[in-house]
Amino acid sequence: MPSLSTTPPRHAPVVRIAHWTGALALVLMAASGLRIFNASPRFARRGDPPWPLWPWEGTGVPVEFTLGGWLGGARHWHFGAMWLFAAAGALYLGHLARHGRWRTIVPLRGDWRDGIAMARFYLRLDRHHPPQGKHNALQKQAYTAMVVCGAVSLTTGLAIWKPVTLGWLAAAYGGYTWARWWHFAAMLALGVLVLGHVAMVLLVDPYALRAMTTGGYDEARWSPAARDARPFQHWLPRRTPAAATAGGATPATPAPEGS
Amino acid sequence: MSRRTVHRAADVLQATLDRAHEAGALDRRRFLRLSSLVLAAPLVAACDARGTDGQRRLLAAIGRGNERLERWLFRAGARDDGAPTRPVAGARFPSYHVSRDVPTWNAAMRGPWQLTVDGAVHRPFTLTLDALHAMARVRQRVNHYCVEGWNATAIFTGVPVAELARLAGLRPDAAYVDFRSFDQGYHESWDLESALHAQTLVVVAKEDRPLPPAYGAPARVHSPVKLGYKNTKYLTHVTFTTERTGGYWSDRGYEWYGGT
Repeated sequence: MPSLSTTPPRHAPVVRIAHWTGALALVLMAASGLRIFNASPRFARRGDPPWPLWPWEGTGVPVEFTLGGWLGGARHWHFGAMWLFAAAGALYLGHLARHGRWRTIVPLRGDWRDGIAMARFYLRLDRHHPPQGKHNALQKQAYTAMVVCGAVSLTTGLAIWKPVTLGWLAAAYGGYTWARWWHFAAMLALGVLVLGHVAMVLLVDPYALRAMTTGGYDEARWSPAARDARPFQHWLPRRTPAAATAGGATPATPAPEGS
Repeated sequence: MSRRTVHRAADVLQATLDRAHEAGALDRRRFLRLSSLVLAAPLVAACDARGTDGQRRLLAAIGRGNERLERWLFRAGARDDGAPTRPVAGARFPSYHVSRDVPTWNAAMRGPWQLTVDGAVHRPFTLTLDALHAMARVRQRVNHYCVEGWNATAIFTGVPVAELARLAGLRPDAAYVDFRSFDQGYHESWDLESALHAQTLVVVAKEDRPLPPAYGAPARVHSPVKLGYKNTKYLTHVTFTTERTGGYWSDRGYEWYGGT
């Protein structure tokens, strides 16, 4: 094992705290929000024709995916956990804003091309992992999209919480009805991004779980770029031990029971 | 059911931790297993849970803080114009009451309906329905925001509560209003600043017709600045008070403030 204590953490403590706080807040917000949604699972203003963008008007969400037990209880959870969500977001954005750390997340010029290169590698069209900084281009695009969706869900949430007091905010989203739709759509988009993120962590870079929890990460040995790691790759049988060593794709501890 | 699942998950978590402790360290496999349990715990707890007593006390405390924030955010000048490009909901405006049948005022038993304005005021008074209609000069197209999430547009005509307050002469210690009804004791109390908002009306007509029984005849409270359940229908009393006096849904667990 490399001595993790002497290497600087891959993620600053404030990022790790914000990440897991945010993960908890997202689960609480989505589950309680879906219970609120179930009280009136449709988007059209009463008296208007059905909402054109949602074919399942009137269909609620199974109660197993909800939190709060009833509408009033779910509202208490939602308006309580919103502070956790906002705090995690503020902590993370504050960290990114300092010393230009946003550059590790925000796609810059050339990242679209790098994203295509990553996709080619994942699709096995290219043999080797493209070079990257802290994150690859696809990760940057996904993480930036998450931040945007989080900001949209927070501001649309404020708009439908206070559609009169903050009428200007609701108007910016096209009025209360549209703001409520965008609130729902941002939740759906965040859900897809989070599921994709969790899947990629488990399939490509499980070491990231440790990096995001304790900070420890041996870039040279564990990073997907060093291992030429694709989804499902570490689930497949290794071709030959010699090839693996020669390719530099040695896992941290080649456990005998795992091969 | 869900609580048992949580306890089971906690047992597995504890066992995993114990084994990790014996081994002297967390290897990758155990770490991943541990992480997945930690991630799954809130998901499992989320299943149909109203929360423990401690969680509910915490949420109630946050709710009190939220209410202070909401009252601070409130602006008397912020108005609602009820989506001017959309048609009104008309008969598709939802309606409900807490009595078994649509409440109707039984004039034979109770005498003619009248609105009483009293409480922490210098000059309490009553108004007949004809007098109220004669005073109803504010006609507004507004949104109705239900706690369930839907909204509907209507055109309401009525008397601003602020005008009733002016006629009655508020005492300086008046801080809340209780709107009471003849719908089986339904009532809701409001903060004074929301009640005195220019769009808070005692409504006697909807879309230029006398208020139908389904929508609270003969008079109801309506304001876009409060969620639907705060807007008492089948109104009988506007009572200014020095203390908040709860309300039908506020006493059943919904937020007392219920502001928009």
